[in-house]
Amino acid sequence: MKLEDLLNHTSEWLKGTGPNADIVISSRIRLARNLDKIPFPHWANKKQSEETLKTIEEAISKVDYLKNATIFRLATLDGIDKQFLIERHLMSYEHAQKSNSKAVVIDSEEIVAVMINEEDHLRIQVMQSGFNLYEAWNIINRIDDALAKELSFGYLTDWGYLTACPTNTGTGMRGSVMLHLPALVMTRQIERVLAAISKLSFTTRGFYGEGTQATGNFFQISNQVSLGHSEEEIINNINGLIRQIIEQEEQAREMMLARNRPMLEDRIYRSFGILKSAHIISSQETSELLSMVRLGSDLGLLKEIDRRCINELFIITQPAHLQKMEGKKLSTQERDVKRAEIIREKLKCK
Amino acid sequence: MLCDICGKNIATVHLTEIIDDQITELHLCEVCAREKSAQMEQQFGLSELLGGLVEFEKPTKEKGTETITNKCNHCGLSYTDFKKIGRLGCSECYTAFKRYLGPLLKRIHGSTTHFGKIPIKVSAKVNKRSLEYLRLKLKEAIEREAFEEAARIRDEIRELEKGQNK
Ligand SMILES: [Zn+2]
Ligand SMILES: [Zn+2]
Repeated sequence: MKLEDLLNHTSEWLKGTGPNADIVISSRIRLARNLDKIPFPHWANKKQSEETLKTIEEAISKVDYLKNATIFRLATLDGIDKQFLIERHLMSYEHAQKSNSKAVVIDSEEIVAVMINEEDHLRIQVMQSGFNLYEAWNIINRIDDALAKELSFGYLTDWGYLTACPTNTGTGMRGSVMLHLPALVMTRQIERVLAAISKLSFTTRGFYGEGTQATGNFFQISNQVSLGHSEEEIINNINGLIRQIIEQEEQAREMMLARNRPMLEDRIYRSFGILKSAHIISSQETSELLSMVRLGSDLGLLKEIDRRCINELFIITQPAHLQKMEGKKLSTQERDVKRAEIIREKLKCK
Repeated sequence: MLCDICGKNIATVHLTEIIDDQITELHLCEVCAREKSAQMEQQFGLSELLGGLVEFEKPTKEKGTETITNKCNHCGLSYTDFKKIGRLGCSECYTAFKRYLGPLLKRIHGSTTHFGKIPIKVSAKVNKRSLEYLRLKLKEAIEREAFEEAARIRDEIRELEKGQNK
């Protein structure tokens, strides 16, 4: 698989399917693992890092589930390539900062991504469309078991998996759910919801976890605590919280429809109208308008366009995606023109 | 909650700053937090973010007066290094700094007992391992006053012990 092949492919997590797909975009689980007694990436010298990379690459090649995966060494990727992987949520912003002795392994369906030599030797992630942490856990658990047959992980009976940062010790697990909450934002209830979440030791971040603005009414919610609970318990806790938020968003949507339907319809159709006719558009404006269009589609008000198409637009209108499609570097102005062109093209289709 | 600095993005990083004995809480987005930590690095040396948290940890006392290890023999990282960087050096560091890390883990996670999965190689080794693990689980369950769970674990332990005595 080449990186360019991903351009014409819809990532698993963008398919717009799965439970509660009208509010939950995707579910993700990541596990942090380290090789026993080998210095963590930030503390390892060049030779050790290279050896770690080779050891892990070899182990990965033996995992059945990753038969169709491709290993990309970061040293072989340029800036746009790396940004492209970040935009698809296949790599973290931190991982892209330095390229030495690092790699990312991606399966052809973009369900699994493994970062080698990030903060920990291994950061395994599994993404699923919709509200489906259990399925993500089932997959990642199998991959982890397969890797554990090949590799010895740093582990203590009482403290679990040992990670570079003590905030990940224990299960080394973080479960995240990406939610689309336009009604809670529009009815100004989101502040209250977010405040409640942070009190429960969960964290919230924007669409692109690292270093990006929270536009388009997307919120990613994850557990903070990784020690003292089993993986299933952690997932149950996240699920309980997410169910409550889904319910609140549903109520807010119903309330808006009941009380102020013309206003809501106006915003949705105007947003659709602008996207269909704009010739210059920024990525900020795009995600705000797309959020409205998605809401319209989820409420059954906008029948001309399906969820998957909207989800895809969120990603392919990102800077690196536009430049990959064009096959060259584009200035901000050029990108805004290209973005508008792609959106007009996409929205023609059903 | 919005970021205290830019007021535009969601605050995902929560910092407690102490300036002239005044405690202020800062809620920042990732962009502003990154800038802030870059500023702090210039002012104080390396990231004091986690370092600040570590500062307060006193090692738990154990019987005997053996000197406390301040360096991981395996990778050479010292506890001072850890306080500066906020990252440990290798898996052996956890054993070397066990007495400092216990209280720190407790503060971060509210617990110091792992209940999650066990790597295949470890769990396959010997029964004794899982017996050890179950005893820890039992202790923690009693602490949490989860007595039904504790009773279940106790039965499991008895079952295992029976098997070993045969
Ligand atoms: Zn900010
Ligand atoms: Zn060490």
